[in-house]
Amino acid sequence: MKRLMLFLLAVPLLSLALEERVKLKEGPNKDLVEANCMVCHSLDYIQMNSPFLDKKGWEAEVNKMIKAYGAPVRQEDVPKIVEYLNKYYGKKE
Amino acid sequence: MINRRQLLGSFALGAGGLLLPKYVLGAVSPDLLGTAVKDMPEGVLEEQVLEALPGKKPLIKKTYRPPNYETPVTYFKEIFTPNDVFFVRYHLSNIPEVDARSWRLRIGGDAVERTYELTLDDLKTKFEQVEVVALCMCSGNRRGLMKPHVPGVQWGYGAMGNARWKGVRLKDILNRAGLKANALEVVVDGADTGVAEKTPDFIKSIPVWKALDENTIIAYEMNGEPLPHWNGFPARLVVPGWTATYWMKHIVSIEVVSTPYKDFWMSTAYRVPLGKFPMRDRFISQETNVNTPITEIMVNSLITNIKDGQTFRFGQPVEVKGIAWDGGYIIKQVEVSVDGGKTWHDAELGKDYGRFSWRQWSYTFRPTRRGEYTIMVKATNSIGQTQTFELIWNPGGYHHNVVQKVSIKVL
Repeated sequence: MKRLMLFLLAVPLLSLALEERVKLKEGPNKDLVEANCMVCHSLDYIQMNSPFLDKKGWEAEVNKMIKAYGAPVRQEDVPKIVEYLNKYYGKKE
Repeated sequence: MINRRQLLGSFALGAGGLLLPKYVLGAVSPDLLGTAVKDMPEGVLEEQVLEALPGKKPLIKKTYRPPNYETPVTYFKEIFTPNDVFFVRYHLSNIPEVDARSWRLRIGGDAVERTYELTLDDLKTKFEQVEVVALCMCSGNRRGLMKPHVPGVQWGYGAMGNARWKGVRLKDILNRAGLKANALEVVVDGADTGVAEKTPDFIKSIPVWKALDENTIIAYEMNGEPLPHWNGFPARLVVPGWTATYWMKHIVSIEVVSTPYKDFWMSTAYRVPLGKFPMRDRFISQETNVNTPITEIMVNSLITNIKDGQTFRFGQPVEVKGIAWDGGYIIKQVEVSVDGGKTWHDAELGKDYGRFSWRQWSYTFRPTRRGEYTIMVKATNSIGQTQTFELIWNPGGYHHNVVQKVSIKVL
């Protein structure tokens, strides 16, 4: 965690005040989703890619973030993140 | 676990305030999106806002961080897209503001005779200065219109712009380093990087033959002005005819290598299935049995002056205007249909600004009855390539060049 905070502090970032305007839907594990996803990108990425991914689709996205983009997400958090994304931003039946 | 407020607090500390957007304008009027609004995911329509990055006019904000901003269609009425409305696209969110005086461009790699460095002044004074007009278009332009939708930045029509680029031929820069006989690819890195330690840096390679093309340049100016920060200051790669994934911004190193460059951005991202698109330019050292890196831009066109559902008065002529482009084979014909594709009529082509520029066109007709008209436009290039009526779906959401349809009412 110390290392995480360090690289966050070191990064010159933009538009953070505005980025805070992006509000995800309230629900279980929202904080977990925010804390993990926001390390690398703003949360509008989630809204933008909705609602057309099913549970498998969101799972593939979360795994892509970890495997392809090197996101520091704990493996045990993955099912909770996927569940939130699918429930609130998943494909409507 | 850190919470959101702590996270944002730490971001704000690092931001320094310099690069904060100026203001927010709120919802995006459908007029600015062309007909894209009909086909985009609902989430996009709720989330995107008009907003200005420093030095830019309000654009269609897709994502804040990394910044992805689209140009409203209305600006495509001009032959050159002004710098302050030119689209912005980044993969990674650590984007330093490069200091022009301390900036250096390193040229090296295992397939050059000697390595050396250039300052911005060297670039402007020690080589022949050249200009090229070229369309810069994101590979995923119109991704938001794909059905079924493909995850990624959900672009409408505006992840593109046409500009006059000034700089130095990459060929001249490479020749000073001296290419070895085994030179295969030219690998280019920019100053932007990822935030997480393990995020692969955004680095792209192009085949040596394309790097030596006289139109491929390192540009430091666009439309007569220094590159805006958001478009690659102080220098970027300009690869006319090819999609913008290769147009590296804020470049800091050029390496000529003798083996295929393998990383996420080359081996996994920006690939299209083999045989699905009529590509002429091949990137053989990177091809697999199933896919290939994306190369040239597909033939395409856009109506720029009519919005979907617009009404016209009976008895008045209707002028349809727009632009057409391809990967550099020259637009030969633009056809317009006003009856939903049953009959087609040649549009008049505007001034030719070179084969890598888009070409303006116009077609005027006088409606013979009241009611609805479906206007369509289709471009064809000199090697017979034309647009598709059926989407060629692909997992990356690239090369959307489906013939556009706009409905108008004559009352």
